[in-house]
Amino acid sequence: MGRIVLENVTKSFGDAHVIPPLDLTIEDGEFTVFVGPSGCGKSTLLRLIAGLEETTSGRIVIDDADVTEVSPSKRGLAMVFQSYALYPHMTVRKNIAFPMRMAGVPESEQEERVMAAAKSLNLVDYLDRKPGQLSGGQRQRVAIGRAIVRDPTAFLFDEPLSNLDAALRVGMRLEISEMHERMKTTMIYVTHDQVEAMTMADKIVVLQAGVIEQVGTPLELYRTPRNKFVAGFIGSPKMNFITGEEAAHYGAETIGVRPEHIQVSADSGKWTGKVSVSEHLGSDTFFHIHDTGLADTITVRADGEVSFKHGDTIHLTPREDVVHKFDAAGLRIT
Amino acid sequence: MAIVAQHSRFSKIAWPVLAWIVGLLFFFPIFWMVLTSFKTDADAVKPEYLFFFTPTLENYANMTENYDYWRFATNSVIVSVFATAFTLFVGIPSAYAMAFNPSRSTKDVLMWMLSTKMLPAAGVLYPMTFLTKNILGIFDTHFLVILVLSLINLPIVIWMLFTYFKEIPKDIIEAGKMDGVNTWGEIREILIPLAWGGIASTALLCFIFCWNEAYWTVRLTTTDAATLSKLIEGNRAPEGLFFGRLSAVSTAAVGPIVVLGWFCQKQLVQGLTFGAVK
Ligand SMILES: Nc1ncnc2c1ncn2[C@@H]1O[C@H](COP(=O)(O)OP(=O)(O)OP(=O)(O)O)[C@@H](O)[C@H]1O
Ligand SMILES: [Mg+2]
Repeated sequence: MGRIVLENVTKSFGDAHVIPPLDLTIEDGEFTVFVGPSGCGKSTLLRLIAGLEETTSGRIVIDDADVTEVSPSKRGLAMVFQSYALYPHMTVRKNIAFPMRMAGVPESEQEERVMAAAKSLNLVDYLDRKPGQLSGGQRQRVAIGRAIVRDPTAFLFDEPLSNLDAALRVGMRLEISEMHERMKTTMIYVTHDQVEAMTMADKIVVLQAGVIEQVGTPLELYRTPRNKFVAGFIGSPKMNFITGEEAAHYGAETIGVRPEHIQVSADSGKWTGKVSVSEHLGSDTFFHIHDTGLADTITVRADGEVSFKHGDTIHLTPREDVVHKFDAAGLRIT
Repeated sequence: MAIVAQHSRFSKIAWPVLAWIVGLLFFFPIFWMVLTSFKTDADAVKPEYLFFFTPTLENYANMTENYDYWRFATNSVIVSVFATAFTLFVGIPSAYAMAFNPSRSTKDVLMWMLSTKMLPAAGVLYPMTFLTKNILGIFDTHFLVILVLSLINLPIVIWMLFTYFKEIPKDIIEAGKMDGVNTWGEIREILIPLAWGGIASTALLCFIFCWNEAYWTVRLTTTDAATLSKLIEGNRAPEGLFFGRLSAVSTAAVGPIVVLGWFCQKQLVQGLTFGAVK
């Protein structure tokens, strides 16, 4: 089991109120991702759940037990840190076995579980090395191994992949997703990378300045963002926002159109502009378009075969069914 | 180019020469003391015998026969070992708490601890003597000397440990907590192994301070708990200028600590570089 409930939780560091009163429920077995811009309080929230920070007020409940005052070592959670936080003076084997040794697991069982974890994480050849002799990816695996063997009620990840290069990141992302499919344990994953959030999460929690802007599945957030902030944060490239007269036609203060929801044409369309930059990714092409009279830049995602050059005139037509409308307060109009 | 070359050649020669001169200046008094300890008291004061004299072990024989050097030495070992152990026993958890769970006033506490070193010891000499002799009745006991040595070294030990502990990434300590370790386990399994070099150098320094401490050990003891400092002190004035004997006593007093330092030097360097995997 691993159902985690935050009730009215707040956190202040001195005069800085980082988390205003916040409620959140994470269901057992769910893969929940916290996303948000830097400094919005993702790590703080995770550390509150871990017990590494004390709540200023409010309650934290894990599986119906109030753990607000319980020390981190007794909450039964495992954490993977951005910096890996391996014990530099211990071999990989000892690192992975450490939580079991502290829990008094018999040695033969320790050895068995270390081997099982090492096999599943491709670490068998490195068991006798010290962390200093491993690559970043291997260190991250050891950190995950150390978390797995404890058989925790939930895993907490704080940007575990941000120190890895892009290729490795994609690989590890898949491994963690597979691990979740296999173990079905609750996982809370902090990232500021919305691609990680979209691909891994069962449930995404979007945070801004300590406030939960929206909670939902990746597709819910993509299709029906509750406000402009979520709309702009989820999806890559970012949603285009258009204000003024054009928005007024839709009965809104602002309208939002995703780059992939705009059709391009050389001859005719609803809007007209001039191509500033075109980025060819092979499968897709991104056009950055100026002089539309709508916004500074309109970004469009088109097929990889479509080709416009700098300065070409381009006609744009949005897909009307997926135009997002927002009121003056930035909230979605349905 | 030429200037650079000249400059570096100059510094290649000048700095080592300077270092040697300074080193010899510091070393000379000790060397002189050791030499003098092998002279008779009569020879010791004659400048013409500075380097050339007939060496004698008379002073050393005299010292062990008449002054019971071994009793003083044993006392020095006992109080230094126990005071160092006690200081670390209190200092490690304190520095751990301040380094990893600082409160708003941690910085002030550290400053305050250092400020206690600014009080002149002479200021509390009378109350200390009176209190320990007439009220507590612990004057001239090992207990008292150990307690006093521990307390005067605690601030500096906590400061040193605090700086070493600060070097350890906080994440590693937190990882320990997440892995189900309690505070003592954390100190034993993670903190001490990681800060081993720092703790060893702190311990050595504390031990040296205890060994060499003279103000309180001389004044709070008479015979039972008297240390080597007291022995040197006792050989100083009343019987005139027995430089040979005084030098022998002093040499025998600093000898063990010099040997210890020399021996630990290698251990310490090793301890400081080993495990420096962050
Ligand atoms: N120990 C602390 N003392 C004071 N302020 C803190 C402390 N820890 C965090 N903060 C503040 O709390 C806010 C949230 O920090 P937090 O680390 O949770 O952000 P984050 O969302 O994880 O950001 P990032 O993506 O950069 O890791 C920041 O404004 C930060 O300055
Ligand atoms: Mg963070």
